[in-house]
Amino acid sequence: MSDSPATMEHGHSPALRHHFADVEQQRNAASLGMWLFLATEIMFFGGMFCAYLIYRISYFNEFAAGSQSLQLKVGAANTVVLICSSLTVALGVRAAQMGKRRLLVVLLLLTMLFGLTFLGVKAYEWHREYEEHHVPGFGFDAKNLIEEHPKLGIDPQHAQVFYSLYFAMTGMHAIHMIIGVGLFIWLTFMAWRGEYGPEYYTPVENAGLYWHFVDIVWIYLFPLLYLIDRKPLG
Amino acid sequence: MATAITIPAEREHYLNKEHGISSWLLTTDHKRIALLYLLSITFFFFIGGFFALLIRLELLTPAGDLVQADTYNKLFSMHGQVMVFFFLIPSIPAVLGNFLVPLMIGAKDLAFPKINLLSWYLYVIAGIMMLHAMITGGVDTGWTFYTPLSTAFSNTHVIEAGLSIFVAGFSSIFTGLNFVVTIHRMRAPGMTWSRMPLFIWAHYATSIIQLLGTPVLAITLVLVVLERAFHLCIFDSTCGGDPLLFQHLFWFYSHPAVYIMILPSMGVVTEIITCFSRKRVFGYHFIALASISIAVFGFLVWAHHMFVAGMSVYAALAFSLLSYSVAVPSAIKVFNWTATMYKGSISYSTPMLYAFGFIGLFTMGGMTGLFLASLGIDVHVTDTYFVVAHFHYIMVGGAVMGYLGGMHFWWPKISGRMYPEGWGRLAALIVFIGFNLTFFPQFILGYLGMPRRYWQYPPEFQVLNVLSTAGSTILAVGYVLPMVYFLWSMRYGKIASDNPWGAAGLEWKTSSPPTTFNFDETPVVTWEAYNYDEIPTPEEVAVER
Repeated sequence: MSDSPATMEHGHSPALRHHFADVEQQRNAASLGMWLFLATEIMFFGGMFCAYLIYRISYFNEFAAGSQSLQLKVGAANTVVLICSSLTVALGVRAAQMGKRRLLVVLLLLTMLFGLTFLGVKAYEWHREYEEHHVPGFGFDAKNLIEEHPKLGIDPQHAQVFYSLYFAMTGMHAIHMIIGVGLFIWLTFMAWRGEYGPEYYTPVENAGLYWHFVDIVWIYLFPLLYLIDRKPLG
Repeated sequence: MATAITIPAEREHYLNKEHGISSWLLTTDHKRIALLYLLSITFFFFIGGFFALLIRLELLTPAGDLVQADTYNKLFSMHGQVMVFFFLIPSIPAVLGNFLVPLMIGAKDLAFPKINLLSWYLYVIAGIMMLHAMITGGVDTGWTFYTPLSTAFSNTHVIEAGLSIFVAGFSSIFTGLNFVVTIHRMRAPGMTWSRMPLFIWAHYATSIIQLLGTPVLAITLVLVVLERAFHLCIFDSTCGGDPLLFQHLFWFYSHPAVYIMILPSMGVVTEIITCFSRKRVFGYHFIALASISIAVFGFLVWAHHMFVAGMSVYAALAFSLLSYSVAVPSAIKVFNWTATMYKGSISYSTPMLYAFGFIGLFTMGGMTGLFLASLGIDVHVTDTYFVVAHFHYIMVGGAVMGYLGGMHFWWPKISGRMYPEGWGRLAALIVFIGFNLTFFPQFILGYLGMPRRYWQYPPEFQVLNVLSTAGSTILAVGYVLPMVYFLWSMRYGKIASDNPWGAAGLEWKTSSPPTTFNFDETPVVTWEAYNYDEIPTPEEVAVER
């Protein structure tokens, strides 16, 4: 019934679902839906950022010492990798809009490559922190923090709060990255089959929005976790 | 009546278009998904009700003789978790909202039908996890999961129950997301924002809370699970964590969650009262904006659950004041409903009886909420039965009355059959009497100092507890009755016409039950909502014929 020609003002696009009046309404709905979902994601991460804010004020010395035990150069390099992946996914949306199938596939693959690189580097960092006994609940030990910063009066328990938040926040971020890579595997497959073009590229655009969001979370996480009071401490 | 109906016996509608299990389990029709939700939340309602009856049975006598203390802890915990997360939160939005939002705004379906189905599957997965946690030993943390009880001391299935509620939360988020996008993008031509039924406004406000509140509960439960499973240190005070932070995060969702339960109910009551008073609603814009402002204010009052938890008195003062402010939009609604009824031609049909019950009980629940928002009285009655009575007046007296009223009001549209009116009125009366007998004595008990969450109590509290237990059995009869006659009516009920109440609203302009895509032609709206001065009553229609 929805396919009766009278209700189809803009012709029949194969991607148009029956309950929408036209392609534009469908695209607007999908876009608004994605933005709303990102709003829920902000609230999700917001809970942890709130906890971070409170404990950073309460236990500043431990947070600073913990932050400086993280590998700044590795984290910074990872940030660059992630920003590159945002660039490739943005170019990918453009490629989909212009109907360049091969370019889209290549850009999606590049995005995944950057994403997986980030995850690999992150896993390396976590492993190093495990070896340094900085994982709460797995033989946590803040001895080296106390030795490195004798003047700060580090409370090993409070240092544990920093590392708990570090692992919770970077862990949640990594789970979102894994979901993103999963989305891109599917998108690459669909793009290879030529499903996306100027008429219909909503999934690419929405997955891109999601990926940008995950990147932006890291843009906040990096300074908050890696760059606490780097200079004045000796 | 039969002569007025010209529906051929085999007319195609959403119920008979397809048959077989897979046509239900793989459906993307919002009306079928609403029925899937109806079945599942009814199942959980009776599980939660079963726990409630066991609680009341234990409290029949002062001694702890029916169950042991540990079992009692599990009973009230699982009663709360099931009723809040598996019945009340999804109740009106996922059943009536799912069914009616597209119909009321003239859309063919919700914006994302597959996500709508996904939301039901998430609910089912969460439900199975919760059932598994209950069968294998249950949870004893209360529905609030307070730390450090939940993270360090409880020996029950906290992780599974917490993850189950995490999953159920995503089901709720997806419902809300679907509603917001649908209301923004799918309205029929001419259905402007100020022509939308107030049911839609109420659901819009509810959805905003679901979207912005639920993720905070999700991350809070994740942190609890991480702390319990991997000994992270976030809420644990022995390593510098702050249990109060848990309470802040938990109530940041769980206070607005009360408005997820009550706002849709207010929307239902608005529809019922205008219809059975046969009048335009009084103060349309005020009721619409009251819904939005309840949603907004609802996010600013959470710490009134923590007045005695050890937070700053200055913060407590601010939260007390903000909590009072929620009374303003709530009162606007109550006054506008009564003003709508004033000089209306009121008929006392079953839905209207539930709406009356709602107004009375919600007002009592709301007024006692003001008691609890004031610091002095709150210190006296914190964690007593006064609190228990208060929130049951809102959640059961308010939300469930609205849900039942709505189920009766739209049952002809949902099933195509009329429920038996006499039985309906009787059940409404039984629910009202049973409810008050159950919960009014609890106000007195709490004021006299009986604490909540104990399995035994001093003998001087027994009379009021016996009254309460007696009331709960009456209430149970009142809840079973509608289920029985709704089922009965599906086969034997009188065939419903398209608009048996002579009600305004697009959902009554399509057939009963509607076809799969709701409208044969997309309607064009040229009238204001609730134009009851322009709509003939069912009696007038009958006379004309």
